[in-house]
Amino acid sequence: MHKLAKAALAFHGLGRCSVTEKRVSAANILRRGLVCAEHGDDGGRSEVYDVIISGGGMVGSAMACSLGMDTHLLGKKILLLEAGNKKVMDKVPDTYSTRVSSIGPGSVSLLSGIGAWQHISKMRCKPYQRMQVWDACSDALITFDKENLQDEMAYIVENDIVVAALTKQLDGLSDNVQVKYRSKVVKYTWPMPHQAADSVPWVQVTLASGETLQTKLLIGADGPNSMVRRELGIPTVKWNYDQSAVVAVLHLSEPTENNVAWQRFLPTGPIAMLPLSDTESSLVWSTSHRLAEELLGLDEESFVDAINSAFWNNENQSELIETAGSLFRGALSAVMPSAGSPRQLPPSVAGIGPKTRVMFPLGMGHASEYIRHRAALIGDAAHRVHPLAGQGANLGFGDVACLTRLLSQAAFNGKDLGAIQHLLEYETERQRHNLPMMAAIDLMKRLYSTNSAPAVLLRTFGLQATNMLPALKEQIMAFASK
Amino acid sequence: MLPSKLGRFASGLQGRARASVSGAARGGLRRAAGCPQRALSLRRSACAGALLRRAAPRQSSTRPSSQTTVDPDEVRRFQSLAGKWWDEQGEFAALHAMNDLRVPFIRDNLLNVHGARHPGKPLAGLRLLDVGCGGGLLSEPLGRLGAHVLGIDPVSDSIHTAQLHASYDPDLCDSVSYRACTLEELSAEEEEEEEGSGHFDAIVASEVVEHLADLETFAFCCSHMLKPGGSLFVTTINKTNLSYALGIVVAEQLLRIVPSGTHDWEKFISPVELERLLESNGFSVQSVQGMLYNPASGAWSWTNSTAINYALHAVKLRDDPRRDPAEEDRGAAAHSSAPRD
Repeated sequence: MHKLAKAALAFHGLGRCSVTEKRVSAANILRRGLVCAEHGDDGGRSEVYDVIISGGGMVGSAMACSLGMDTHLLGKKILLLEAGNKKVMDKVPDTYSTRVSSIGPGSVSLLSGIGAWQHISKMRCKPYQRMQVWDACSDALITFDKENLQDEMAYIVENDIVVAALTKQLDGLSDNVQVKYRSKVVKYTWPMPHQAADSVPWVQVTLASGETLQTKLLIGADGPNSMVRRELGIPTVKWNYDQSAVVAVLHLSEPTENNVAWQRFLPTGPIAMLPLSDTESSLVWSTSHRLAEELLGLDEESFVDAINSAFWNNENQSELIETAGSLFRGALSAVMPSAGSPRQLPPSVAGIGPKTRVMFPLGMGHASEYIRHRAALIGDAAHRVHPLAGQGANLGFGDVACLTRLLSQAAFNGKDLGAIQHLLEYETERQRHNLPMMAAIDLMKRLYSTNSAPAVLLRTFGLQATNMLPALKEQIMAFASK
Repeated sequence: MLPSKLGRFASGLQGRARASVSGAARGGLRRAAGCPQRALSLRRSACAGALLRRAAPRQSSTRPSSQTTVDPDEVRRFQSLAGKWWDEQGEFAALHAMNDLRVPFIRDNLLNVHGARHPGKPLAGLRLLDVGCGGGLLSEPLGRLGAHVLGIDPVSDSIHTAQLHASYDPDLCDSVSYRACTLEELSAEEEEEEEGSGHFDAIVASEVVEHLADLETFAFCCSHMLKPGGSLFVTTINKTNLSYALGIVVAEQLLRIVPSGTHDWEKFISPVELERLLESNGFSVQSVQGMLYNPASGAWSWTNSTAINYALHAVKLRDDPRRDPAEEDRGAAAHSSAPRD
């Protein structure tokens, strides 16, 4: 099969060469009409798309939808390539999926704009009004909430639901966006940065079926192990945290309002409980590989005990830090008596959903470039973060909103969509947002991965001071929700 | 508001008077009122399609006089650069960057006149002529906006570059076409094909008029080929000391943003002079805006000062066939008495 495809490719290549040669020599004699006719032959073999998006996950599907619904991009040929099957969801499954995302206000407005949020809110999502982050080694805590506790801070949504909603929207956009499911890309051929007379100026995408497609702009939305990024040769700064995340669906011991996202920093890594419904929450427990494996091997009852003690246990606290922390807190509240928020206690866990315990390794990665000539990376293909801040999906949707705006403007200015100028703008704008966010997340991760006294003191003071400064907290939330 | 309206009215009358003059010339009628003899003979020869052949030499002109808009030195200069049009970082980088201003300028002014009808293809249904299109740097974006663009350039190598570049993009196949010819050749052809006015909705001459040999012929041919109410877009360089210092000394000799010898300061034209020329050829100038190039960022921006580069939008006045001679005389009187700026 592979050989056959290669042979076909070679044949295509030969064919194109001869056509191009003919075209060059002919260009001097022939008028435009004939040149066009020749090109028509070429086009019959492989169509030229304006945009091909590689990867139909949450971010790639949102990109396709967003481009397909933009008025300035109307009439452009847009194609979404997805290796998997089409994910239709006729009815919402009874059980919750373990893969969930925190969807912030910026992402909600993107998804509302493309009509997917309506489906999501009809299917299943859980808003939360408050986030409490606290330390296992001290009493320091920080809470984030909207002033009046009425507005939603963010939503916890299952990834499958997001994809299903976007798929539904894409079905309605079939005139504007073509989707090829079960299509695996085997090769990308990149054009020369400067057009040479005898080369194809577009990106060529070869599918496993042997079909070759051409596009003016290729958007890589193919996840943390992006093939697009690899084939472009874009270097990636990445490291593994030597951590794995254990995820599960948790049943609470009693129904509560469940509108708070809880996260506690243990020396082995953060553990988070994210609301799914009044009786269920999602667990994301980042910890060492060894401990993660142990957790996976526990029987259900011991696993639940481990979760509860991770949230409630105070054995890591030392007296020194306790004293220093409460002194500092006392001093702060003397200055600003009303600031800060009281500590709340997380609900206790009674059981877990059947067969929901899964683990996966964690890492962080950042592509040193998001773009190349006629190519752009979005979502996890460009940046992968630790799940502790719940920003992974939001950074990806931020990329989608930014790239859509710039491509729309480029189209309205009659530009070639693959031109480097607006792609550079995309890269600059997104790196300016993503890098500080990634650095902050990474710093938090590192600061909290230790129980050495200076680090604990530093974070205790830092967290308490930040908690007392509503203006700073608002800044943090505004930045995170962009 | 009122004075400016009055002013526009006055210039409109003036333009109409001129338009009627050229109409008269086309009919072969001699009408002496306020029409310089040389212009009349020139126009008649243009109408006969004899512009390229030698006609009666012009008696006096401040600009270099010839019967064609094309300067052979300029053709030679651009011939040597024909292959480099599409190198975005090369000799024509500043022209590539200028699209950020000139495409929206053309698009928005046309949308103001014609109204947005086609999302995705805002200029659909309009016929545009890109005079001095070079490698098609401006024709292609206008074609992508849905307009039918004809790009012409006397340098045939540039036209080949433009054709080859556009041939790769199937979207441009139907919308953009190129011809190696001069403005007056095209104008003469049109004259043979159909009597009366031209059929372009807009003519674009971007960074072109500073290379032309005869602006009077240029303005006349543009007016001839435009539909009544059609738009003429010109971007060019002002004739000021600053434009000499920056446009030639800095841009060509020091920073090498544009190839040395690209520009001849003598051929630059001030907005006032260009306005006067266009209004005497039946146009009404709608707007003049200064443009500024920042060599550090490589980007253009709009500015209030037209001291260096500027963009101009003019509209060809509609002929009014029912106009009576008395009114025309009044128009001519208004013209002769109105102080010129």
